[in-house]
Amino acid sequence: MILLKLFAAFARVGVLTFGGGYAMIPMLEREIVDRHGWATSEELMDYYAVGQCTPGVIAVNTATFIGYKTAGNIGGVVATLGVLFPSFVIISVIAGVLQNFADIPAVKSAFAGIRVCVCVLIFNSVLKLWKGAVKDKAALALCLLVFVLSVFFQISPVVFVLFCAAAGILFTKLGVRGK
Amino acid sequence: MKLLLTLFFEFFKTGLFAVGGGMATLPFLYDMSARHPDWFSTAQLADMIAVSESSPGPIGVNMATYVGFHTAGVLGGLVATLGLAAPSVIVILIVARVLRQFRSNEYVDAAFYGLRPCSVGLIAAAGLLVVKIALFRVDAFKASGALADLFDFKALILAAVLLVLTRAVKKTKGLHPIVFILASAAVGVLFSF
Repeated sequence: MILLKLFAAFARVGVLTFGGGYAMIPMLEREIVDRHGWATSEELMDYYAVGQCTPGVIAVNTATFIGYKTAGNIGGVVATLGVLFPSFVIISVIAGVLQNFADIPAVKSAFAGIRVCVCVLIFNSVLKLWKGAVKDKAALALCLLVFVLSVFFQISPVVFVLFCAAAGILFTKLGVRGK
Repeated sequence: MKLLLTLFFEFFKTGLFAVGGGMATLPFLYDMSARHPDWFSTAQLADMIAVSESSPGPIGVNMATYVGFHTAGVLGGLVATLGLAAPSVIVILIVARVLRQFRSNEYVDAAFYGLRPCSVGLIAAAGLLVVKIALFRVDAFKASGALADLFDFKALILAAVLLVLTRAVKKTKGLHPIVFILASAAVGVLFSF
């Protein structure tokens, strides 16, 4: 029964979250803290913080965490499936519909306009992330290095991720962090 | 069957190495389109970003479902979505047991000090690819050699207007991205982009 409730609660969070990340917090508060009392607000922020500093999509990480805390391993899996479910259904429907209309000239023009908007949205989210990520010279150097190399060379992002994790540890040990 | 397995593996990798949420999956998807050109093009990926931003659900998950669906139908969408989430579930179920040690571990903290700027650099580079197809006409420029052909002026004007509306104008900058996406679609149709 608790598993069913977990699935439903996270499916609701999935449906009501546009964009993920911070947009998800008010929905989580309402479902997890107010409605079901599975966690306190403070615990929720802790889980969310862990969701941010583990690999993967933050929404999925947070769902797994709360599900696990509420009903063990199986709870973690069920909560995750819950948060994935609405995306899967809604996107499959939209993608199926759009595939049939993709060749209409008006649709092509609409998407050409939308692409311009996507540029601006990505630019804005880069600026936002930049503020939290690049706070000293070493971080600036890493960021620029990754940017330049990945613009000019076809290198897998995995390589950069592993390299930068190691560099982060090295820089911290060497004491160049925060300067 | 082989396609589904490859899809699962590609998205498992994305889920395991994409750090920083939302747009962090983007560089991995561009890398995917470069290595599997028959799956989807960079222009199609830009369209998928727009749809993912305008639909309910976390962007990263939406993108996985969309790319999977586009590549191998409903089953592809399912496989890609589960592939993306699988590493999260595994990692979190391990981390949850040692939460305190994990959060105060100096190595985890130090690794993320390096990972955050990495994520910004990767997303910015992926964004540049979208800029190239949305605001410029590299093919037309290469064909004619005339510098004026390089710029898509209509698109550049729209980008400038959107930049001002999303960053500078108090009344509009807090609006949800879906508003700007819909407005841009309308502009695209009206001015035949």
